[in-house]
Amino acid sequence: MASLTALTPAQDLTPITIGGVTLSEEVPEAIAALMPYAGQTKALSAALKEAHGLALPGPNRMTKSDSHRATWSGLDQAFLIGPPPASELATHSAVVDQSDAWVVLTLEGKGVEDVLARLTPIDLRGGSFKRGHAARSLLGHMNAVFARDAVDRITIMVFRSMAQTAVHELEEAMKGVAARASAN
Amino acid sequence: MRIDGKGLIDRSRPVSFRFDGRSYGGFEGDTLASALLANGVRLMGRSFKYHRPRGVLTAGSEEPNALMEIGKGAGKTPNVRATVQEVFEGLEARSQNRIGPLNRDLLAVNDLFSPFLSAGFYYKTFMWPRKFWEGLYEPIIRRAAGLGALSGKPDPGRYEKAFAFCDILVIGGGPTGLMAALTAARGGAEVILAEDSAAFGGRLLSETEEVDGKPGAVWVGEMLDALAETGKVRLMPRTTITGAYDGGTYGALERVGLHRPATPDLPLECLWRIQAKQAVLAAGALERPIAFPMNDRPGIMMASAVRSYLNRYGVAPGQKITLFATNDDAHQTALDLIGAGVEVAAVVDSRAEATAQGDYQLFAGGQVITTKGRHALTNVTIRHSGAETQIDTDCLAMSGGWNPTVHLTCHMGARPVWDEALKAFLPAASAIPGLTPAGACAGTYDTASCLTAGIEAAKSALKALELKAPDIAPPSASDQTGTSQTLWYVEGKGRAWLDFANDVTTKDVKLSAQEGYRSVEHMKRYTTQGMAPDQGKNSNISALALLADATGRGIPETGTTTYRPPYVPISISAMAAGAQGKGFQPERFTTSHSASTARGAPMIEAGLWYRPSYFPAQGETTWREACDREVTMVREAVGICDVSTLGKIDIQGPDASAFLDFVYTNMFSTLKPGRVRYGLMLREDGHVMDDGTTARLSDSHYVMTTTTAAAGQVMTHLEFVSQALRPDLDVRFISVTEQWAQFAVAGPRSRELLNSILDTPIDDETWPFMSCGPISVHGIPGRLFRISFSGEHAYEIAVPARYGDALYRDLVARAETMGGGAYGMEALNVLRIEKGFITHSEIHGRVTAFDIGMERMISAKKDCIGKTAAARPGLVEPERELLVGLKPIGTVKQLTAGAHLFAPEAAPTRENDEGYVTSVGFSPTFGTYLGLGFLVNGRARHGETVKHVDHLRGVETLCEVCDPVFFDPEGGRTRG
Repeated sequence: MASLTALTPAQDLTPITIGGVTLSEEVPEAIAALMPYAGQTKALSAALKEAHGLALPGPNRMTKSDSHRATWSGLDQAFLIGPPPASELATHSAVVDQSDAWVVLTLEGKGVEDVLARLTPIDLRGGSFKRGHAARSLLGHMNAVFARDAVDRITIMVFRSMAQTAVHELEEAMKGVAARASAN
Repeated sequence: MRIDGKGLIDRSRPVSFRFDGRSYGGFEGDTLASALLANGVRLMGRSFKYHRPRGVLTAGSEEPNALMEIGKGAGKTPNVRATVQEVFEGLEARSQNRIGPLNRDLLAVNDLFSPFLSAGFYYKTFMWPRKFWEGLYEPIIRRAAGLGALSGKPDPGRYEKAFAFCDILVIGGGPTGLMAALTAARGGAEVILAEDSAAFGGRLLSETEEVDGKPGAVWVGEMLDALAETGKVRLMPRTTITGAYDGGTYGALERVGLHRPATPDLPLECLWRIQAKQAVLAAGALERPIAFPMNDRPGIMMASAVRSYLNRYGVAPGQKITLFATNDDAHQTALDLIGAGVEVAAVVDSRAEATAQGDYQLFAGGQVITTKGRHALTNVTIRHSGAETQIDTDCLAMSGGWNPTVHLTCHMGARPVWDEALKAFLPAASAIPGLTPAGACAGTYDTASCLTAGIEAAKSALKALELKAPDIAPPSASDQTGTSQTLWYVEGKGRAWLDFANDVTTKDVKLSAQEGYRSVEHMKRYTTQGMAPDQGKNSNISALALLADATGRGIPETGTTTYRPPYVPISISAMAAGAQGKGFQPERFTTSHSASTARGAPMIEAGLWYRPSYFPAQGETTWREACDREVTMVREAVGICDVSTLGKIDIQGPDASAFLDFVYTNMFSTLKPGRVRYGLMLREDGHVMDDGTTARLSDSHYVMTTTTAAAGQVMTHLEFVSQALRPDLDVRFISVTEQWAQFAVAGPRSRELLNSILDTPIDDETWPFMSCGPISVHGIPGRLFRISFSGEHAYEIAVPARYGDALYRDLVARAETMGGGAYGMEALNVLRIEKGFITHSEIHGRVTAFDIGMERMISAKKDCIGKTAAARPGLVEPERELLVGLKPIGTVKQLTAGAHLFAPEAAPTRENDEGYVTSVGFSPTFGTYLGLGFLVNGRARHGETVKHVDHLRGVETLCEVCDPVFFDPEGGRTRG
């Protein structure tokens, strides 16, 4: 039997390091959209805790366990990122495989906020967008999910088909910010 | 002329630059204007209309005269203010709006005709003959009256857009702004301090006055240290706040790389959107010129500008300077000049009671009534005590008082309020929510009061943020403002300029009033006063004061024109930052993109997606050859086409069926799991919104397919229906368009091909037409749908996108061994036209289900969105334009999309229009063009002849009207 080779969404496009900031692609084992049915939010959160050790994140938040993280991604919706989700979750929630739908990029280093300030209208100041915060907004013209999982690291999820544009836009922003730093 | 020991420029860092091809020297910290003045260059430009020689008027961003072209080649930028442009090594500047050298501009002939060129001249003169305007008059006028020229090439510079956030935005880095920023930061707020100029300090850098017992510049340096110490202040020099908008949003333009030699990747400018919870406006005030006769010669400038050049840049703008003032404040100019050893010829003060503040000749109660000097001022004539006196002088410093910079306070509709005592317009109360004007822009002129005002404004902003105000005392400073008199204009022989930038004189404003343009808005448009790049910063108030006099009204009754953003000119490049080239919009690539381009397929845009147009084979020279081959290949063997761009929406939940019944016209609750159904969706207004197939994977799980074009629209629609119309339905959905790579496998040999890759083979019994289900391909779980957009026995196979590239290559390679291969959008289009399948060319937003012959798809058994509206009388009558097929029957065989349909004998005019053509394609299957279109009462007219006329392309074709389904109307081939 022939086999099919898998390609990542940003295959060969990253990592890119400019100035003190590095852009790289993260390839999670699975991404599952969890959308609790009416009145099932708490039950889903409990099931999630039971199965994977983390709660369902509230609006604009992310939660984390050793194996998984869950990022709020919209009204009644969160992305569970990590190994494939336990089947029990489907009792309380629509569970939809999104593993191949997104490119997951991480931007890491001092000044990630300055790079993203060129592309997203979110207030990313330390006091406003803290570790564990998430947001759905724009990256340039692209629909994106942002989450800060460390002080100097922000994860950006963009539609898979736009991976090339996303990397290009981020790279251009990184260049501009680095050029400012070395010009001063 | 440079004065030793004066100025804040860095004399240890000399730079050389070029102006009009000649090399000059300056120092770091110089503007182009100060460096040119230091080199004795006073003629810096030509005026807009009369091409009068002009020099620099101001030392700030309000400059109307000294506009220049900076840079060379594609990167050249016109209309740059020499007072804003900083000099750097290698700077290249050119004067503009001239023919020939600047001092012998051929267009200066316009000035001789100035009596004929008054306001309204063009409107009155170039009316006839009418067609001469575009071809003759306008080009000549545009050549003669104008500004700098663009290179005509794309700007190679890099520009940026960015967002910034703060608690308190302080606009202006003068004494008021510095105190406000320090108070705000010490109170715990995160502060952005934006300053128009390269250095913080505002007027303090241009004056000799002391603050806290120290020279102004020294105090400013200490303040900057104190601000840094708070760790709360983001300093943004070279950043002009350009507009105030809703919700505490401010626009700002930052000059990032314009003041230094080109640096790779460094943006030239950045257009900021700053979100501030509170703001302090400390924008200062602009000194007002006096409109006296012949007041526009190089060497005549603002008194405050003379002090700036002297104290900030260490330059004497003349060797023998005269002052014409209406206020005590301006006398400081004479004192500073004398202190620096520059000769002051005289001080002319319009106030009879004025007294000299130092050792200079004062003409109290005097006025300047004319001037001389062709390329630069040589002489002024003053009227004093009933006599006229001539004074030889090479620089005249003028001051008519100060206009508070209220611009930003007017950006949300407020009008400034006239203050009779100050003779100035002041900001209206609460003009911009959350913004507090303070200091000179609010009519507080003395330094001591400005420092206090800055503290108070910051405290009120802190209070609004519920932060505690710190205890800060204002430093000691002068509290003197002296007295002043208003003198808007001086009567006399000769032209007196109001608006230097647009060449508008007092005579023009009077003429406007005389001709009935008495409203200030009409005067502005009649004379063009205030419409130049400086937007009337130097002329608005004087012009409306003159208009008030000319129309016998007061200033407050006359009012101001509307102050609009931006406060300073913004380059188009900065506004378009990030949108050049590929930044214009994202590119969406399918997983088969590189395989398609590797086969030489030209890609076409479908929304943001890129899809292959056709796949040229060896020896094929036109797209039609490739398209014909691909169509035949699908009809006779098997073709592969990436259809991943179609919208796919995963829909789940106990009420998923009810939800689909509500959004689709037809029933989905009756669809069995493992089956697919074609569905039609209407808008609320009863017109068709989209169509597509929806598969039922299980009792409570569906996958909806939308068209590529309407994927986003349908998703938005579903969200609206779920959240707003039917929140009672427990249903959840999410786009899975990007999750699956999906390929059409179409043609009589499609199943044979699939069975070579599926882990479990399929047959007609297990996979009949319109069935769906999970499959395994090369060990990878996927989905298979037996649906057809070509009319052939066909499938769509879906795998997780990571395998898309591999599966596509495998499918195409296998198809090629079977006499098939890849097909593109052109072939796809021909195949669906042959079958009469619609796309958004047909369901373009103005058609109903009735129009496309699908009214029976609106189920009578249930309600759905658009059902009631679709039943309205006008939407279901035969006289509507209905979907038909078209086949050419005359000698001309060509059909074109966009052509209109007429009766064969009727004249092809609008009145006789009976319909239009939406899609056409050459069908290799039938050997003829086929078309789809809409024709009045078309369904009843099959067999009739109509005339297809494309006025644009000049095509006229006789057609037979027929059923839209040309190929296999019974559908036998699809069912296999």
